[in-house]
Amino acid sequence: MACETRSIPSSRGSSNLTLTDDTSRAPGSPELSELPDDITVETEEGRRLAAQLADDRRHARRLLEVRDLSTHFFTRDGVVHAVDGVSFDLDYGETLGIVGESGSGKSVTALSLTRLVPDPPGRIVSGEIIFDGINILKLTGNEMRLLRGKKIGYIFQDPMTSLNPTLTIGYQIAESARVHLRLSRRAADERAAELLAKVGIPRARERMKDYPHQFSGGMRQRVMIAIALACDPMLLLADEPTTALDVTIQAQILELIRSLSSEFGTAVILITHDLGIAAGMCDRINVMYAGRIVETGKVDDIFEQPQMPYAWGLLDSLPRLDEEKGARLRTIEGMPPDLIDPADECRFSPRCRYARDICRQHEPNLTERQGEGHFARCHGTEPGGWIQ
Amino acid sequence: MVNQAGVLEAPAAVKTRKPTSLWGDAYRRLLKNRLAIVGGIIVILLILIAIVGPYLTPFEYRAQDLPALAQNRNRPIPPFQGPHILGTDGLGRDLLSRLMDGARISMTVALIVQIVVLGIGVPVGAAAAWFGGRLDTLLMRITDIVYAFPDLLFIILLSVAFRDTFFGKAIDGLLIVFVAIGLTAWVTMARLVRGQLLSLKESEFVEAARAIGVSDRKIVTRHLLPNALGPIIVAVTLGIPGAILAEATLAFIGVGVQAPRASWGSLVADGQRSLQAAPHLVLFPALAVAIALISFTFLGDGLRDALDPKLKGKQ
Amino acid sequence: MVGYIIRRILWIIPVLFVVSVITFTLMHAAPGGPWAREKRLPAATVQRLNDKYGLNDPMPVQYLNWVGGIVTGDLGPSYKYPDRDVNDIVADGIGITVHLGIMAFLLAVIVGIPLGVIAALRQNRMPDYVATFVSMIGIATPSFILAILLIVVFAVGLRWFPTQSSIWSEPQRWVLPTVALAGFPIAQIARYTRASMLEVTRMDYVRTAQSKGLRERSIVTIHMIRNALIPVVTILGPILAFLITGSFIIETIFGVPGIGRYYITAISQRDYGVIMAMTILYAVAIAVMNLVVDVLYAYIDPRIRYS
Repeated sequence: MACETRSIPSSRGSSNLTLTDDTSRAPGSPELSELPDDITVETEEGRRLAAQLADDRRHARRLLEVRDLSTHFFTRDGVVHAVDGVSFDLDYGETLGIVGESGSGKSVTALSLTRLVPDPPGRIVSGEIIFDGINILKLTGNEMRLLRGKKIGYIFQDPMTSLNPTLTIGYQIAESARVHLRLSRRAADERAAELLAKVGIPRARERMKDYPHQFSGGMRQRVMIAIALACDPMLLLADEPTTALDVTIQAQILELIRSLSSEFGTAVILITHDLGIAAGMCDRINVMYAGRIVETGKVDDIFEQPQMPYAWGLLDSLPRLDEEKGARLRTIEGMPPDLIDPADECRFSPRCRYARDICRQHEPNLTERQGEGHFARCHGTEPGGWIQ
Repeated sequence: MVNQAGVLEAPAAVKTRKPTSLWGDAYRRLLKNRLAIVGGIIVILLILIAIVGPYLTPFEYRAQDLPALAQNRNRPIPPFQGPHILGTDGLGRDLLSRLMDGARISMTVALIVQIVVLGIGVPVGAAAAWFGGRLDTLLMRITDIVYAFPDLLFIILLSVAFRDTFFGKAIDGLLIVFVAIGLTAWVTMARLVRGQLLSLKESEFVEAARAIGVSDRKIVTRHLLPNALGPIIVAVTLGIPGAILAEATLAFIGVGVQAPRASWGSLVADGQRSLQAAPHLVLFPALAVAIALISFTFLGDGLRDALDPKLKGKQ
Repeated sequence: MVGYIIRRILWIIPVLFVVSVITFTLMHAAPGGPWAREKRLPAATVQRLNDKYGLNDPMPVQYLNWVGGIVTGDLGPSYKYPDRDVNDIVADGIGITVHLGIMAFLLAVIVGIPLGVIAALRQNRMPDYVATFVSMIGIATPSFILAILLIVVFAVGLRWFPTQSSIWSEPQRWVLPTVALAGFPIAQIARYTRASMLEVTRMDYVRTAQSKGLRERSIVTIHMIRNALIPVVTILGPILAFLITGSFIIETIFGVPGIGRYYITAISQRDYGVIMAMTILYAVAIAVMNLVVDVLYAYIDPRIRYS
């Protein structure tokens, strides 16, 4: 049942930030030991400088820096490279979309960020995750636990099974507030009732005493959102939050996530297989395939100038309203590859109509394309390549 | 992939994992469960002993070795000395042979009880699930009544009541006991089968099969039964310890097996009287019972874990 | 819910009727009568005794007499103990049998559930092996063998407890019979709890609880255990039935003065009154216990309670 990784030994020395349930400290403000030697906080001047430094730091640094993250699953059939060398950044308050098919590694990436990868058989084998200046992979289990719920909220895919059937939803929402914010029972319940109302449950106060099975799927997902946001986290991980819901409810839930995150300034990582959803919600998008990021960039750039055949396939496969009736849905031929011991080749090449020999011999790197922060992993679309 | 002629053709086969089937998967998972393997081997051994064991020992289970007994001052002969490997009882009868005969009895009880259980339980449960409505209610009421019966009492009554009849005398008075045990045990099987079929009937893959147009008969044979078969096999295997236990308990109090035949339970009862002087007379039968119960339980557990569809694909 | 309970209670009556009829039939189907004891009585005496107790009447009449008796609370005379009524016999013993059963049940629950929980939480590690080992002993050892074992080790060997429990007023006499009776249920409850906890471990809501940053202890006690125990309640009914009907062996071995020890002798002696009384009592106890368990199950699972 362990949810922390055991392969990365904890070393307290690298991070001087001690994690407590202290909410009075604003996110990102430095500890004394982080300040340069000639600044003390005893003087007014010192305090001002320290605040300035904190602010600079806060803007200089990003909320999330992921470098070369690899999470593997050690199975009887071999080692599955579910996430293989993934790197990306996330700013405070930004909404990032991770788009890909089943098995692309998008969910495992999110689980890795909070170290909830089931171990065994999974393990984060390498890489770095810096969250708000804190090196996630070097934390002890207990320190990680303190982060979860409080600074990072999680919305899971299936609202029907993600709530505990034997506890009232009021309790389940108030729980993290009680644990992390040290609120009294009454204060936590009050907060939970407010949250419940905020996520759009009518007669929220009365429904606090109800059980999950008394709610519909869409409403349960709203409850999940309330739970995730209970402690006002800095980051919200939403793993396919609408996949299990009716299409009509999907839009409502997405809108709810969007409005709440912008109201609270929460950064969001939205994981989905649906490019349409990503387009509506995200500032930037990472397209993942077979455990790798194959394209990343601002939403507009990805949609207007996709640089990778897989992304074309995804865009192409979206059904459009202006198509003629009876036209067949366009799919990407073939199946995603087996992730055991991948070879040094472009992982999409077996399914790519533009593949050439170089694609099968050498995996392309993420290279810069037109547009800010726009990268793609494809030999053919590079400047001078054979696809234009 | 675009080939020479510019035509789109199917991509080359990508590396995928071996295809798996429910049974193949289950078999492989079972083999990895060491406890289940041990249990299974012992079960097979017990069955073999039951069939051929009594022919392999030089002594018959009821033969009294009076000379050897006299030599031992008319006391039970202790084990590991001489030809009687596990010793004898107070009448000079070889314990090992009697244990093997007991194995025969225990395996027979397992067999007959489960035949009764399957023979009554499966049809009743299936009928209740398939036809539903009044029949279902009626059958469930009958199971309620059987369930409410204090089972040991019923078995004892039955065997005493029919003791002097042909039925009661079959297999040295054991058939009646076995059937009686079965008559009290079929209820759980019926409920299990009914539950399985009911939930399977409503499940989505049946809906899907119907939607494609698969006939009802095919749905039952190809879809429902194979899925229900797993839990049934597990229930049969795990029900055997209960049957053996019931027979042993009854034998202990003198119901069922008649002298000179002995089942493990009656051996314990006999041996209990001379516990201090000849502990082997209680120890070995008790061990035999324990080994049988444990092996079937391990095997049943292993089968249950192996056949659990939720574990399919998970490591 | 209340309607459900009432229907179940009403349903017990026809069940008892059928049970009593079957028992009555089987009882009289057995050859011989209550008078066939060690000394052969002359036929005339037997006939006179039969007349006196109405045993020559046709079966349906006898049955109706018995029903009439039971409805008025009269369970009839005992044939084996001519100076005692069945009512007396039952009244004397039933308290003790119930006492023993309840103690064994509590022991089974108090030991079995934690054993199963620990085994599941430390799956495939030492605590699991120990707990599973203990469960295996419970499964593999019939209650009578366990009783003999306990007597040999603790009563005769270590002399911690008395070998016989005929005097029920001394608490140390309760220990061995209770443990012997509870052995099998402990193992069953432990195994079932372990399996249920393992199922719960795989549930999505456990992952949600982890994502909230709760302590492992809270996750286990608040989120997992209550969900795991719900299916365990379903096997408590059969376990109680087992304790009720199986206690007679323990009572016989330890000489406990409950009603269970009359069981076998009543049947072999054809003490019809006692046989019928015991059957009905056991059937009522089983039915009531099952009802309690079913209601409990419906109550603690919110999905059933509020639907």
